[in-house]
Amino acid sequence: MVGQQLVNGLFLGAVYALFALGYTLVFGVLDILNLAHAAIFMLAAFATWSLLGAGVPLLLAAPIAIAGAGLLGILLDRIAFAPLRRRNAPNLIALISSIGMAIIFGAIARGIYGPDERRFTLDFLQAAPFQVGPLTFTAVQLVILANAVVFMVGLGWVIRATPIGRSIRAVAEDRIAAALLGVDLERTIAATFFIASALGGLAGILTALQYNSVQVDMGSQIELKGLAVIVLGGMGSITGAVIGGFIIGMVETLAIVFGLSEWRDAISYGVMFLILILRPTGLFGKRSLRTA
Amino acid sequence: MTVLAGWYAAHSKLIDQVGLDALLALSLSISLQAGQLALAQAAFMGVAAYVSAILALNAHWPLFPAMLAAALCSTIVAGLLALPVRRLRGIFLAIATIAFGEIVRIVANNLAISGGAEGLSGIPPDATTPWIYGTLAVVALGLWLFSRTKFALAVALVREDENAARGVGVDVGFVRFTTLAIGGGIAGLAGALYAHSNFFITPADFGFGRMEQILVWCVIGGITSPLGAAAGAALLTILPEAIRFLADYRDFVNGAILLVVVLFAPRGLAGIRFGRRP
Repeated sequence: MVGQQLVNGLFLGAVYALFALGYTLVFGVLDILNLAHAAIFMLAAFATWSLLGAGVPLLLAAPIAIAGAGLLGILLDRIAFAPLRRRNAPNLIALISSIGMAIIFGAIARGIYGPDERRFTLDFLQAAPFQVGPLTFTAVQLVILANAVVFMVGLGWVIRATPIGRSIRAVAEDRIAAALLGVDLERTIAATFFIASALGGLAGILTALQYNSVQVDMGSQIELKGLAVIVLGGMGSITGAVIGGFIIGMVETLAIVFGLSEWRDAISYGVMFLILILRPTGLFGKRSLRTA
Repeated sequence: MTVLAGWYAAHSKLIDQVGLDALLALSLSISLQAGQLALAQAAFMGVAAYVSAILALNAHWPLFPAMLAAALCSTIVAGLLALPVRRLRGIFLAIATIAFGEIVRIVANNLAISGGAEGLSGIPPDATTPWIYGTLAVVALGLWLFSRTKFALAVALVREDENAARGVGVDVGFVRFTTLAIGGGIAGLAGALYAHSNFFITPADFGFGRMEQILVWCVIGGITSPLGAAAGAALLTILPEAIRFLADYRDFVNGAILLVVVLFAPRGLAGIRFGRRP
């Protein structure tokens, strides 16, 4: 029972981690909290649903939706953040303009799709679960796990070993110094938004597949859970988002084991609150964030 | 006169809502004036809504004492929240207070006395328009008197430059504590009135969505101006009704207005120094 719940927590955590990576990348590079991230999460799921409805196979529909989410992230930055950057507006103003974009994205989705829940008609979602020892797995869970591993390893490689990854790290470290050393700021920021939003879109598609449900407000829970994850992991830390995602996922499923399922969200937010008060740098954050 | 009465009868729900939203905007504008982005107003409102509803339903308290007791409770909750978060600034304060707000909502969702997810119903609907606007007038008057005190100067100084404020002897911790507590009290008045004008309340009424709304009103009205915040609330409460014909797209208009204000009308926002850069 506990083993099974831990496995379930692993899959929940994988999705949390993918989503939170988007938050933490943007925060690391720009010091802003992008509250439109959950809207892109939702839009990618709807895009996948629409493409599937148009007869596009999932293996093509999902990559298109993920790339679309990435491009939407760049558009989001151009509309909501770039103008503020140019006039050096305080970072919290960017938080508010991202809320504006989230409202707009939500309104567009509601305008197109209405408030109803949409479902997929994919065969593998109906496939019978299979046993590995005492543990039960579903096909969707394997899809989640495979994607999470591929994209997390891929992200790690991009950040560590590619020129654009080097630029992202340089800008996250010190934006002004990076610009002086010849890093193209706007290009780096665009790449950051593309990667962050693509990961958010992937998380949205995986969530939609897991629950076989696409809904306009499907992002409202993970929006705040993602915050809990990056606070726990250390805001701006990539490793922290991954580890934090898995920890929060595990903790939430363990809460069910201990009969606290009604309280599981409160446990996540309680952890988030306590970390901010006791150790605002989280597990892996290095900057001193308390005295801002 | 009959025309006026007819107009009121047709729009009384909306008129009441405008008054409540203006109160909520005022409650947030206090801590914003001190440069604190503390986003737990919906929770303070919820605490008071439940307290006054429970007092009315279980102990048959009339509106006025129930409202005062509720506001007292939300003031205490806000004060208690102010203590642990006293060293957090900017985005970190925002996130911590969002977490607190969600915890309050989940607690209301799970306790028997608050009726769980279904909330409480059958609250006497005695918070009529005069009650709401009377409270709004008293709060507005109070804030106006407050704005003429030395303490209001200290608040503005803390917003503009915390270190300078400290340098001239302002007790920054006290300013932050007091503004949060007062804001909690005003949100509590709004919450009690909300409960008594809506017949029923549920935990979902006091979630992050409500908090976002309150913040949006204050931003559109101009963060440092209580009058602007109240006007922003009135505008954005009336507007969705006025553009009802846009149906599902009226949120789009709301979001676009917010974005346009943030991007192109920074004057109201320019004075404050949120954020982490000194």
